[in-house]
Amino acid sequence: MREPSAPADGARSSPPLIFESGSPGRSGFFWPEEKGLIALPPELVRAEISGFPEMGELEVLRHFTRLSQLNFSIESQFYPLGSCTMKYNPKVNEVVARLPGFSLLHPLAPPELIQGALELLVHLEGILAEISGMDHVTLQPAAGAQGELTGLMVIRACLAERGNPRRKIIVPDTAHGTNPASSTLCGYEVVQVNSNKQGIIEPETVEQAMDESVAALMITNPNTLGVFEKNIQAIADVVHKRGGLVYLDGANLNALMGIAKPGDMGVDVLHINLHKTFSTPHGGGGPGAGPVCVKAFLRDYLPIPRIQKKDGSYDMRTDFPKSVGRVRSFFGNFGILVRAYAYIISLGSDGLEEASRMALLNANYVKKKLESTFHLASTEPCMHECVFTDRAQQKQGVSTLDIAKRLLDYGFHPPTIYFPLVVSGALMIEPTETETRETLDAFADAMLAIAREAKEEPALVKSAPHSTPVGRLDEARAARKPLLRWESHRE
Amino acid sequence: MEFPEGLKYSKEQEWVLVEDKVAIIGITEFAEHELGDVVYVELPEVGEKVVKDDPFAAVESVKAVSDVFAPVSGTVLEINDTLPENPETINDDPYGDGWMIKVEMTDKDDLKDLMSAEEYAEYIEQQKEKDGEEDDDDEEEREDEDEDEE
Amino acid sequence: MRYTPHTEADKEQMLRTIGLSRIEELIEHIPRSLREKAKISLPEGLTEVAVKRRMAALAAKNASAQDWSFFLGGGIYHHAIPSAVDAIISRSEFSTSYTPYQPEVSQGTLTAMYEFQTLICQLTGMEVANAGVYDGASAAAEAVLMARRIQDGRSRVLVSRALHPQYRSVIATYLKNLDDVELVEIPFTKSGATDAEFLAGALDDKVMCVVAGYPNFFGVIEDLAPIRAACDRSGALLATVTTEPLSLALLKPPGAWGVDIAVGEGQSLGVPMSLGGPGFGFFASQKKFVRSLPGRLVGETVDGEGRRGFVLTLSTREQHIRREKATSNICTSQSLCALAATVYMSILGKQGMRRIAEVNAARAQRARERLIREAGLVPAFSGPFFNEFVLKVGGWAERRSRFISNKIVPGISLAEWYPELEDSLLICVTEMNEEEEIEELARTFCAR
Repeated sequence: MREPSAPADGARSSPPLIFESGSPGRSGFFWPEEKGLIALPPELVRAEISGFPEMGELEVLRHFTRLSQLNFSIESQFYPLGSCTMKYNPKVNEVVARLPGFSLLHPLAPPELIQGALELLVHLEGILAEISGMDHVTLQPAAGAQGELTGLMVIRACLAERGNPRRKIIVPDTAHGTNPASSTLCGYEVVQVNSNKQGIIEPETVEQAMDESVAALMITNPNTLGVFEKNIQAIADVVHKRGGLVYLDGANLNALMGIAKPGDMGVDVLHINLHKTFSTPHGGGGPGAGPVCVKAFLRDYLPIPRIQKKDGSYDMRTDFPKSVGRVRSFFGNFGILVRAYAYIISLGSDGLEEASRMALLNANYVKKKLESTFHLASTEPCMHECVFTDRAQQKQGVSTLDIAKRLLDYGFHPPTIYFPLVVSGALMIEPTETETRETLDAFADAMLAIAREAKEEPALVKSAPHSTPVGRLDEARAARKPLLRWESHRE
Repeated sequence: MEFPEGLKYSKEQEWVLVEDKVAIIGITEFAEHELGDVVYVELPEVGEKVVKDDPFAAVESVKAVSDVFAPVSGTVLEINDTLPENPETINDDPYGDGWMIKVEMTDKDDLKDLMSAEEYAEYIEQQKEKDGEEDDDDEEEREDEDEDEE
Repeated sequence: MRYTPHTEADKEQMLRTIGLSRIEELIEHIPRSLREKAKISLPEGLTEVAVKRRMAALAAKNASAQDWSFFLGGGIYHHAIPSAVDAIISRSEFSTSYTPYQPEVSQGTLTAMYEFQTLICQLTGMEVANAGVYDGASAAAEAVLMARRIQDGRSRVLVSRALHPQYRSVIATYLKNLDDVELVEIPFTKSGATDAEFLAGALDDKVMCVVAGYPNFFGVIEDLAPIRAACDRSGALLATVTTEPLSLALLKPPGAWGVDIAVGEGQSLGVPMSLGGPGFGFFASQKKFVRSLPGRLVGETVDGEGRRGFVLTLSTREQHIRREKATSNICTSQSLCALAATVYMSILGKQGMRRIAEVNAARAQRARERLIREAGLVPAFSGPFFNEFVLKVGGWAERRSRFISNKIVPGISLAEWYPELEDSLLICVTEMNEEEEIEELARTFCAR
């Protein structure tokens, strides 16, 4: 079993910033001076960029390499963040995305010069529609949240055309924060419905909240407890009967491939997170992509331009007067779309179906290993993620936060903590399918060891982490007196 | 936990100190404890009207934002201008230096809906029990399963 | 090709631990009617070699800047990217980590983001900057939404028609669903700049903000002084949008003009064109507006032993806490691209940024001169520009094919967005356009 790390001597110090390194006049970049520049009017020209770094190339490389070594990442540590799907990011995707025939394309070049790119996009649209059981797709949104906004705008446009865009969106208490935030951005009021004790939405609850002022219900399936919303078809009926539409937050699609298609559940619109289910790298916070898939009756509202194949070649069309318009510049996060496409053709139907099944196997395995020691948030069967709470450990005054910080000492990135909000002290564990049994065993052993420590030496857990580059940081201070940039006079 | 005697308390965790026509308002120790370290306070302006049961201010911790609801209606006479610079005062002295606003009440009858220190202390106990009850139901379900394991 | 490591023995052992005997038992609780229809109808998986072949075949059907001469700007720019940039962002510690919610093991990402925020402030001359948003277009939309939060009670937004057409489109899309905002377009003058007089006439106490490109879509560097003055008189906020931030290494930055919110597209700063994405939107403002900023913010603090560290801060603005009252719905952003820009700006540094900006300006000026002198093209606008300019090209539709056969894309036709500039091209020249290319460009224009 892995032992927790002891603090590394001398390694616990903060690195200097680029502004605190280098020397005046230094640069890591060589380019000869160009003669003949006609000076611009002096009132339009700036002085030097005060404070900008002056470092040599090796200095810069060393700086960022050292910084990288302060990070946990999938390729170094198990990273079971619930609802984030931290699966392996295949290297082959990085290689193909860097082909000049993809990376050195200009979006405003004439369509006849980017036929390969347009073919890829159209093909990807079809693939995502097939996987999700929907009909039409837009690849424009840059992330899940932008996808949500786009999907809600499509819903709004459709209802507006029917005579009334309506005023409200129903959002479950287990929803990700982007759901209500996107609703507000779309001009809607949010109505919350509560899940039952097992974290599932009941049709009766929706029935009570549903009327002709509600445009749509947003639902995540499986939900943020990793549990299948078994009433989804009945709930969709309730919403549809009163003229509303159903939006699915597809963040947890990794649980469903080849198992159940949202299109068969009564869903009208959904978004997919390519940086979750389809392996594109998380990058420390993006870039991702949030394609939106809709049923046929919503096709005309999708963002423009749309790509179509005509007479053997691909072209862009903007003649969709009912379209919600454009949500992002150019084609979306094309480089990410290329990676997701490579991943999908790489796995194929068999690989995608296997991926979801193994994701479920891994999550259920971890759940079994921990459920005697940690309190489970729901007794419903879990799919690709399981949620525990700190109830048992709170008896010793040890919280979810403490457990998470102590896991760092064992060399694991913690699960998602304190989400969903309906679960007090939530610990959401999503192993994903790319982890070995041995890794899961090691993780479970660490969790059990921490539970033991909580009983026998709670102080050790409460003061963790001990072996990371910095200890627990004063977040209150950061919020009270925000220092959001380096400034020379402060040094 | 403290429940100072001379004050009145609202269900939304505010306290009121009445000085003739003026109500001094703040949030209780229970409230600041739930929030954690206060990092930012948003206060109304002097002269603004506050309406009973409507939010008039917001208190932010690192991880949460809480609306503060007016226990009485009136006009803001004074605001505690040390709070923007030192929001942690609410944690350190919620009933004293952590006061938020002083309001000239429009209707002293508003005070009738507020609780005494004793009533508030009991109210807090009931809240805690209610949360505990819900937990206990789940606990029972879980214990039945656990018994098989043991 | 699949990445699941489970052997049959693994599966058996794990199932046994769970108390099941078949994988399918894990999904038996899903309604049968759904399971029956769930088969994915796609080809089976491929080997890595087959994937590479397939992707290379698709890539070969595209004209890339490696083989073609592009004189294309319009919001995405072809610049020299130091090899060190890709080397750093390819490090898996950066690319495969998540959003830094556990700061103790994310100091790499957080420190770099803090450096990024600082660099953007320095480049734009503004006081505070966030960790980035999706792109320049959504940054422009978010700037308007921010102005709406700050200017309670005001309902109108004035947007210059000389701002990038796609950006104007995205702003309109974002605002369409809010019934308390009205969008008004400000025309541009014969000089290619926002009509300051018209603007002054349209400004009143109902206008929350003015949005203008700097430089604008035509490459024209606008004099922001009269616009700033007019905004001051009516209490409107001024927001600028910069699609080519390399220009700010040479030009008077937005902060020096007294701009309230400065946003733009960061792709020029070390991110490959990639058909327009991913890049990133940068977003900066005056310090007093910090609590209204959308997106993530990284702040400096200390740990229990006084060690400096960085954390995500002022998070109560964001969706995961504030939910429906959040300043934006943004969650995943464009972090790795912002990191690329951070490395780029660090490598070029103060000297390199200035040098490359001057090279761009000089080359663009020279090219424009040649095209006017040798090919008889007529400038659409006079006045200062950075690396893009508009020239009138008579009979463009007929001449086009000659360029394509020479593997040149000489510019962007403006006909689609500006009918009055139907026969004009937006031409961009950067340090990546060699002297021979510019010669060839002029020659091809000359041949009729």
